[in-house]
Amino acid sequence: MAEVKIESKVTVVALVENEPGVLNRIASLFRRRAFNIDSLTVGRTHKPHVSRMTIRVEAGPEYARKIATNLQKLVNVIDVRVIDNEPHVERDLALIKVRNDDADSRNTITEICDRYPARIVDVGPKVAIIEMVGTEDIIEEFIEQVRPTGIVEMIRTGVVSMGRGTRIHDTNFINRRTMVEAASKARNSNGHNV
Amino acid sequence: MKLKGSEIIMESLLREGVDVMFGYPGGAILPTYDAMSQYEDRLHHVLVRHEQGASHMADGYARATGEVGVCIATSGPGATNLVTGLATAMMDSSAIVAITGQVPIPAIGSDAFQETDVTGVTLPITKHNYLVTDVRELAYTIKEAFHIARTGRPGPVLVDVPKDVQIAETEFIWPDDDIVLPGYDPPWAAQETEIDAALRLIAESDRPIILAGHGILMSGAMNEVRELAERAQIPVSLTLLGKGAMPEDHPLVIGMMGMHGEASSNLAIQEADLLIALGMRFDDRVTGNLNTYAQNARKIHIDIDRSEINKNVKADVGIAGDLKTVLTQLLPRLEGKSHPAWIGRIRDWLEDSSERDILNYETPGILLTAQVVNDIWKLTGGDAITVTDVGQHQMLEAQYYPHQRPATLLTSGGLGTMGFGFPAAIGAKFGKPDEEIWAIVGDGGFQMTLCEMATAVQENVNVNIAIINNNFLGMVRQWQELFFEKRYQATPMVNPDFCKLADAYGIPNRCVRQRGEIEDAVRFAQGIDGPTLIEFVVEKEEMVYPMVPAGADLHDMKRRPKPGEA
Repeated sequence: MAEVKIESKVTVVALVENEPGVLNRIASLFRRRAFNIDSLTVGRTHKPHVSRMTIRVEAGPEYARKIATNLQKLVNVIDVRVIDNEPHVERDLALIKVRNDDADSRNTITEICDRYPARIVDVGPKVAIIEMVGTEDIIEEFIEQVRPTGIVEMIRTGVVSMGRGTRIHDTNFINRRTMVEAASKARNSNGHNV
Repeated sequence: MKLKGSEIIMESLLREGVDVMFGYPGGAILPTYDAMSQYEDRLHHVLVRHEQGASHMADGYARATGEVGVCIATSGPGATNLVTGLATAMMDSSAIVAITGQVPIPAIGSDAFQETDVTGVTLPITKHNYLVTDVRELAYTIKEAFHIARTGRPGPVLVDVPKDVQIAETEFIWPDDDIVLPGYDPPWAAQETEIDAALRLIAESDRPIILAGHGILMSGAMNEVRELAERAQIPVSLTLLGKGAMPEDHPLVIGMMGMHGEASSNLAIQEADLLIALGMRFDDRVTGNLNTYAQNARKIHIDIDRSEINKNVKADVGIAGDLKTVLTQLLPRLEGKSHPAWIGRIRDWLEDSSERDILNYETPGILLTAQVVNDIWKLTGGDAITVTDVGQHQMLEAQYYPHQRPATLLTSGGLGTMGFGFPAAIGAKFGKPDEEIWAIVGDGGFQMTLCEMATAVQENVNVNIAIINNNFLGMVRQWQELFFEKRYQATPMVNPDFCKLADAYGIPNRCVRQRGEIEDAVRFAQGIDGPTLIEFVVEKEEMVYPMVPAGADLHDMKRRPKPGEA
């Protein structure tokens, strides 16, 4: 097969059980199927036993399905959606520490920050920390703007995504611990023995 | 009723219908072994000699019966010894549940004696695994483990139980309800539009072929596949693990496909205009070079594992579902068809193949594996369960022992695990005590797990061991002959005297050097109710043909020589 340079990225959103080892299972899957993770974020949802991941993978669209079907095979993965094809909101957050030790750089930084959804959240005599929230593209653009001033440190959270409108990505899943406790209670109330 | 974790394990296994488990005790699993004594009459434990044997026995049991096989081991080295068996079961979709002891919860992560992160180690080679940290979840977890192992695309599931969880007591509550796992929903039926599309491709095809895989056996779709083949007159090519999906003497069956498949199958695949792939996964040993694979064919691919569809071969119609269910949807609307020209063309290839058959040769003074296998086939009425190891004898078994029934050839196809055959045969015998079982193994693979001879003797397992001994790692030697200019690096073997070894274990045995001696030896083995061993001393440098070299085009086979050509 001819080598095709893959430039596109796939964004997959997965609802997973909030249990130890789930991140390991997903990381292991990506490694053994040779899917290259660009960014991966995990966080809690409004339901304590459900976590939500946004996984960004460097791959062509044909890979999106492969990734989704493989993820769906994991027992702890409740639901998977490839979000690129639907209207969605995505956000990345960057903290960028820049050189800030002369009037010139201070002015440049302030001026650039005014043009972007960015703000200076910490200022010292030598460096300042800028917080920038936006889409991946606009953050990339912003970074290129401040780069000449001198970036000394940087961290990004990776992209988080959510589909727009009323197509809700949620689950009514109840985890095992809750079920076991419910069974325990039911047993106690009706005295049923197994 | 309050029970200890160890007793909950036993009660749960009983409720899952388990009556035999294969295992080996050790410190961290000792409470569970202690509980076994109360259950001895209902739950038989087979003491193996190496935990790898336990995992292969559970696998052999599962493949022979379609039920879940159970193996049990202690923490650390006990559990890591299961790894090869779990990986084997994973690749071949075999349903086993492994229960391992773990160090007590407070010791986890402290590099305690015999501590290994077993759920970590087995993560990529199990369908799912658990570390149980609360005795109240134990029963539910075991029920879930069996459910996951046997449903959808089956596979191995491991449950790691710390020693203190085995000792802790709780009310035993067996969950009566069906398991509900929101993240686990194997596909079942096809959509009507998919059935329409599949029927259209079948109707439009002049040169169709069915690729019959392991999924047919797992789904129990033998009758449906046969009806599909017969009504639409579609030739059927089998994968190695698909053997038994259709009786091999059926006129539409055209042989095994792939690297050592029959020319009739491989050429038919390359010339077909439609592949109907049923419960198979287009493994590289089946396709050869993907860029030239079945270029003229459209593809219908039906498999229960959604991620298999479009993985290696792009499907024109891909259906994720249970094969029996999907075919039951499809058959009522399937029109009868015939393809006399196509079938005639395949007949010609079949005739050419039978002209090249090894069995046509007189071979005075030497014994060929093909002859041994074919004679065992005749002497067992073609009706035994054969369990092979991996290598030349495995491929020759596939070529020279036609199987009529499902689950009568048990072999490590995906992982290609040497050492699988003999212990898997022991496991199969526990599952199918009334069947005649032959472990057909090479001299190399047998030596990897021959310690299980002691298990076979202790349990008096009626398994016949046929060692095909060429004093070589034969398949590796074949590759060295073909691709490494006969540099036989690390393939010649100095072997023990297998018959004396059998004597030492107390196993009745024979050694066969001439074809004329085969019948007598096989009859001898059949007459003994217990393990037997026959060593067949075969030609050292036998070749397995046809052969598609790794990565070559499927039609680019090294054929068996025609008589007079060799």
